[in-house]
Amino acid sequence: MTAPLLRGPFRYVGHKRRLREDRRFVIGAGRYAADLALPGTLHVVPVLSEHPAARILAIDTEAALALPGVRAVLTGAALAAAIDPLMNGAHTPAVRRYPLAVGQVRYVGEWVAAVVADSRAIAEDARERVRVDYEPTPFVLDGEAAMRSDAPLVHPEHGTNVLLDRRFVWGAVDDLFQEAAHRLAYRVAWGRSSTVPLETFAVTARWDEAQETLDVWASIQMPKFPDQIARALRLPGNAVRVHYDVDVGGSYGVKRGIKHAVLAGFLARHLAAPVRLVEDRLENMTGGDMQGPERVFDVELAFDGDARIRAMRMRALDNVGAYAGRSPFQLGKPIGAIVGPYRIEAVAYHALAVVSHKTPEEAVRGFGQAPTNYAIETGIDRVAAFLGLDRIEVRRRNFIRAEQFPYLIPSGTRYDSGDYHGLLDKVLRAAERADIFAERERLRARGLLAGIGIASCLEPSGGNSAFEPLLNEHNRTTTWMESCRVMVDALGAVTATMHTTSAGQAHETLVAVAIAEILEIPPERIRIVRPDSLAALPSNSPVGSRMAIMLGGAAVGAARQLKDKLLAIAAHDLAVPMADLRYREGTISAPDGRALAWLDLVTIAHREFFRMPPEMEPGLAASAVYQVPTGGALPVDGRVQMYPCHSFELHLVLVALDPVLGRPELRRYLIGHDCGQVISPDVVRGMTLGGIAHGIGAALLEEFSYDPATGQPTAVSFMDYLLPSACEVPEIEIVHQTTPSPLTVFGQKGSGESGYLGAAAAIASAVNDALAPLSRRIDRLPIRPAALSDLIAAAKTTTEK
Amino acid sequence: MTALCLEVNGRVWHVEVEDRTSLLDCLHDALGLCGTHAGCEHGVCGTCTILLDGAPVRACLMLAAQAEGHRITTIEGIAPRPGELSVVQDAFCETHAMQCGYCTPGMVLTAEALLATNPAPSRAEIIAAISGNLCRCTGYGQIVEAIALAAERRRGINIAAGAP
Repeated sequence: MTAPLLRGPFRYVGHKRRLREDRRFVIGAGRYAADLALPGTLHVVPVLSEHPAARILAIDTEAALALPGVRAVLTGAALAAAIDPLMNGAHTPAVRRYPLAVGQVRYVGEWVAAVVADSRAIAEDARERVRVDYEPTPFVLDGEAAMRSDAPLVHPEHGTNVLLDRRFVWGAVDDLFQEAAHRLAYRVAWGRSSTVPLETFAVTARWDEAQETLDVWASIQMPKFPDQIARALRLPGNAVRVHYDVDVGGSYGVKRGIKHAVLAGFLARHLAAPVRLVEDRLENMTGGDMQGPERVFDVELAFDGDARIRAMRMRALDNVGAYAGRSPFQLGKPIGAIVGPYRIEAVAYHALAVVSHKTPEEAVRGFGQAPTNYAIETGIDRVAAFLGLDRIEVRRRNFIRAEQFPYLIPSGTRYDSGDYHGLLDKVLRAAERADIFAERERLRARGLLAGIGIASCLEPSGGNSAFEPLLNEHNRTTTWMESCRVMVDALGAVTATMHTTSAGQAHETLVAVAIAEILEIPPERIRIVRPDSLAALPSNSPVGSRMAIMLGGAAVGAARQLKDKLLAIAAHDLAVPMADLRYREGTISAPDGRALAWLDLVTIAHREFFRMPPEMEPGLAASAVYQVPTGGALPVDGRVQMYPCHSFELHLVLVALDPVLGRPELRRYLIGHDCGQVISPDVVRGMTLGGIAHGIGAALLEEFSYDPATGQPTAVSFMDYLLPSACEVPEIEIVHQTTPSPLTVFGQKGSGESGYLGAAAAIASAVNDALAPLSRRIDRLPIRPAALSDLIAAAKTTTEK
Repeated sequence: MTALCLEVNGRVWHVEVEDRTSLLDCLHDALGLCGTHAGCEHGVCGTCTILLDGAPVRACLMLAAQAEGHRITTIEGIAPRPGELSVVQDAFCETHAMQCGYCTPGMVLTAEALLATNPAPSRAEIIAAISGNLCRCTGYGQIVEAIALAAERRRGINIAAGAP
């Protein structure tokens, strides 16, 4: 699609305006999946594995079934006989995954059986009476240990614990390593954290006997969700009706819920009753299958004496847990920004995904980009330290320059636009105003350890699926569309559609603003509805920071078609060439002053066919199906255009820590942010602040830890998995810059992952700057106070000797 | 099952629940007041916050039976009249103090309780007040702004109302 790009000034785009979603939330009228109360609903609870690895010898359901109110107990063997396995991302046909374990369990919390009862409380009582005989087997938790030849196999049929092992070489890496003046190598580790939404996963499924359809209401952010349910349950696609008018109580990637929906759907059909599955927090933290990347990076950099980084070798090992859906792809998405904002000429990348006896991973905000950014940023700091140069200066020397865009990186992606030096200068001016550098010295003078952290990184946005064919040659999916339909009724009111759920990203406001901008009518006059999947246009979901670009693009496309139809009607009615007409706020006027108002046009379209241009369809409706702007080419020689647009962010953070307590405090936080043309300022601001808070969690607080001796998870509640509260998040100053994307209608880029993608790297950088006087550093997230105070104590002991 | 008589949002409700039913489940499932959300169900996240005799309380940590004889306010009972918003609710809309909306009812009720006792809270006092309510979306910035804005507007209304 080649439609004209619009550059401001805009009427509605970029202006502060109340969001249409907020009113229902503040009055408690959000409609979440758990709020649905269908008469006769049965409740499911899963029986959870107590072992990290064990054979299931027998399951005795008799005592559970004897409890009044219990309707059924389903085992994995019975379910697997009736359905097909859930979809895999990587090509690993022997790694089968069903909603309930079959024959063996592979992690603590895995669903072994499902109890269905009249209430959740009865189902929980009955769960206690299900007797599972296990024969524990050896387990492996650590990703590197899982690769060793003597490691217990998580999926023996697969023959190895390695799910993905791909090596890419983009450019003359070895030559540049030879040629460069210096080399350094380092290891960093990103801990197993996740997004942990406050709403757990919830689904209600109902088999409609009369229509022979499965109705599903679910808390989801899952591409191809109806297809996946239909395939697993061996139903035609048009027998699954997913309702998208469900508010999702947070997701940030993880609300995939396919095993939940397949289980509930199967039970609903076989018990002929609505079935509801709402996780409690314990179930969510263990068997919810929503943990995030746990990744170890081994990186080598080759660079010259002027700090210009020439080449990089990176090995990324991700411990995906016991099963893998799309999670190995999280090693693929960062290929689209593998050099960050820097002019690194050549890269060798080794991506390894291994299974272990931990809870499976799911997609997490940024889809693997945040850990990769942390690995790259650590390297930039290390180069600066090696050469005794300022960390900001090293970034300045390596940044891609504004005039170099569009910029082709070695792995095949072309960055659309950017002005990294410009934003750096703006942030430094703000830092001067905020007195950050002097404050660090004051803190140090008071005996505290204090450091400044820097991270500059990209947010690839407008998500496509280019990493799928890149990492799995059996997968040739490159279509990744979003759609919108705009209708004007006979009374002149405008209604538009979107075709996925939302989890707080204000998509209804986005669609309304985009259409309002084109039709020049206030967004408040436009209603946004979400047809169910059987009435939906082809769409994916709000993944990959894509909706401002993709849903915004679809809405603009549909609105433009509608406007063109109005112009064609007016041209015919006024007998004036279309090019001579002027459209303004819904009224179309001819050069001679005659005009047709909005309602006149609507009346012609809906009631006065005799005034319509010949061959034109009556009514006013238009729809657009919008493909990712850069298209959808297959990879060539391991290179591919990943996401089309690239937002940029630059964090500057001041951390202070008491050398005895070792608890880092964030004293100042500045972020420079450039996501092109902003559509809704309050939304972008909220995303950025929330992303930083999430990054603070990943850097300092959050980890799904396991007891190495028993394989038991040790962070299963909010008392041991710590989410940042208002006390842990400092006041944050955002410095804006707008570098429009040449690929999108308004120049917008994505912002759904902003803040998160660099916050953890920046905080780690600050902590390491604080530790620098002690000649110590820490390269593993989250940075725990205990680890820090031990490190500081050890450093002091060494010094005192 | 036990028959309970609960005063919720100024209205008396007669409801039969199992003895073990939490106040959260009673409000959400039995009374259909779905604005009270389950978050962690172990008292950490504050998502299920309601007001009990005006004070913020976690509905997941109380049995419904314990609420008899107390005045319960849920998010559905905060607006002055149907179709209107309280000053706090309106301020949350003004600053976009939410994203997914799941923690919002608990946040609004906590803010209402704060402003009822402290009409001019400092930033630190606002943060302390909401420190027991987790929000995963916003990073709290726009929530703190909303509460400060609501405080200012409530004071403004009082001055206007009290002026001769």
